[in-house]
Amino acid sequence: MNKTKYWVGRGIKNVILTIFSLFCVFPLFWVLIAATNTSVDIVSGVLLPGKNMVENFRTLAEHYDVFGASWNTVKYSVVCTIASIIVCSIAGYGFEIYHDKVKDRLFGLLMLTMMIPFVATMLPLYQSYAKLGLLNTTLGFILPSVSTVFLIMLFRQNSRTFPKDIIEAARIDGESELGIFFKMYVPTMKATYAAGATITFMNAWNNYMWARLIMSDNRAQTLPMMISNMITGHYIDYGMLMMAVLISTLPTLVVFFALQKSFVQGMTGAVKG
Amino acid sequence: MKLTMRKKENLVGWAFLAPAVVLIVIMNFVPIIQAMIMSFQSGRTGNMTFTGLTNFTRIIRDSRCIDALKITLEYVVVTVPLILALAVIMAVLLNDPKLKLKGIYRTCIFVPAAVSMVASAVIFRSLFAADGFVNSVLMNLGILENGYNFLGHPSSARIILMMVRVWKMLGYQMIFYLAALQSIDSTIYEAAKIDGATGLQQFFQITLPMLKPTMVFTIVMSVNAAIQVYDESVNLTNGGPGNATMPIAHYIYGLAFNGVPNFGYACALSMVILIVVGAMAMIQMKVGDRRE
Repeated sequence: MNKTKYWVGRGIKNVILTIFSLFCVFPLFWVLIAATNTSVDIVSGVLLPGKNMVENFRTLAEHYDVFGASWNTVKYSVVCTIASIIVCSIAGYGFEIYHDKVKDRLFGLLMLTMMIPFVATMLPLYQSYAKLGLLNTTLGFILPSVSTVFLIMLFRQNSRTFPKDIIEAARIDGESELGIFFKMYVPTMKATYAAGATITFMNAWNNYMWARLIMSDNRAQTLPMMISNMITGHYIDYGMLMMAVLISTLPTLVVFFALQKSFVQGMTGAVKG
Repeated sequence: MKLTMRKKENLVGWAFLAPAVVLIVIMNFVPIIQAMIMSFQSGRTGNMTFTGLTNFTRIIRDSRCIDALKITLEYVVVTVPLILALAVIMAVLLNDPKLKLKGIYRTCIFVPAAVSMVASAVIFRSLFAADGFVNSVLMNLGILENGYNFLGHPSSARIILMMVRVWKMLGYQMIFYLAALQSIDSTIYEAAKIDGATGLQQFFQITLPMLKPTMVFTIVMSVNAAIQVYDESVNLTNGGPGNATMPIAHYIYGLAFNGVPNFGYACALSMVILIVVGAMAMIQMKVGDRRE
């Protein structure tokens, strides 16, 4: 009796998980199929890989500056990730290791920015950036997202596990504070860095609202902007469109899977708090 | 002057914080104050004059704005709890050491998190287009005679708009809960089992309370994100049909950058969002604090 109950429960569990797995994976599976088929076949509901992949890519490259947009997106995302990781990790470390009442209060104040919606700050930011000549520049693209409370918090929480005795010992040995950070802290916090880098890279890569606002020059446009421009016409070449979606999605997928384990590890530390 | 060890350390600490703090102040606090000031002004950029509460009284008379607020509210109220519930359920189901295929399920559900909102919206737009995949399957199966224009009808368009977010965010949030579940001490469950607690009792008495801090955190984040829904509505339906899927962020963007720009009014509307997000966050923090 108990055994049947166990197996029924097991079965239901697997059915539920299978349904949701299919729901999540199918649209991406379809992107792969569509990127290799002609628009006519896609519309008729084909579900097998086709032979039109090269042709789809050629059409895409003919009509849109896919290389330029890819290079821009890579450039903005990589610069943003590196800058963000350096600025936020050193701040997170500072908030935890040198913490006192004033710094803790300050951190609480910074937490308020998590509640500031970007639509509210976007308009004044845009005006200032226009005045300062930051439109259509990498610096303009990354500046609003270099320093985020979320990332500082990630590093601050994870710094709690960093043993303070090591710091004291290093100080007695005459190591500088910056030396302790770079030589001892950075190498031991690989998982946190991986998690922080993943999130920052993905956010920068996928940024659309801000990108659309300040990257008005066609030569500065990003992949999400390019895809968004592709759907405005009356006739849509689905093969070409899904090829573009695939190109814009592959890099984040690769980053994600490469860093998946550390991502989960790093996040666990942040959430437990 | 000779600095003591302690003082020197303190200064170094401040130096470590400085770049990040300065950037946050310039990129968040300064513009939000500018937006507050602009919300009381009208006129063209560079030539704005104070007009008191005019922008705010206009909101009440602006029926398109009220519609946009309603659509946003509906969107938040449906998607946030739905994603939360599904993410917790998936995490609990996956947190079973005896489950085979665990890694495959987890990866499958997580994969959409790596896709951008723009790409997600474009994928669903293509799947549900009048000549899209879903319609051709329904017609091939004989369920529909002619294609149904999913994105051309207000209610189905809104449902698909919500579906895009559920699809993209479910796995991402699930990871947070999975991480939290794995940090719960398994001896608590063993003790509960000895005391004769059923599976459901264990879930409600142990699992849920343990997940509460994670929940408060993810709810604040996802309310703030959902209330600003923009990428999806632009790329799924562009607000249509009519304005049936035009959420408030999309409306604000249009006010500021399409046709005659009206920054003052757009800022006043963004203040409304700020107040709503702030109020919700306060409530959630209060609820979250009560666990002690």
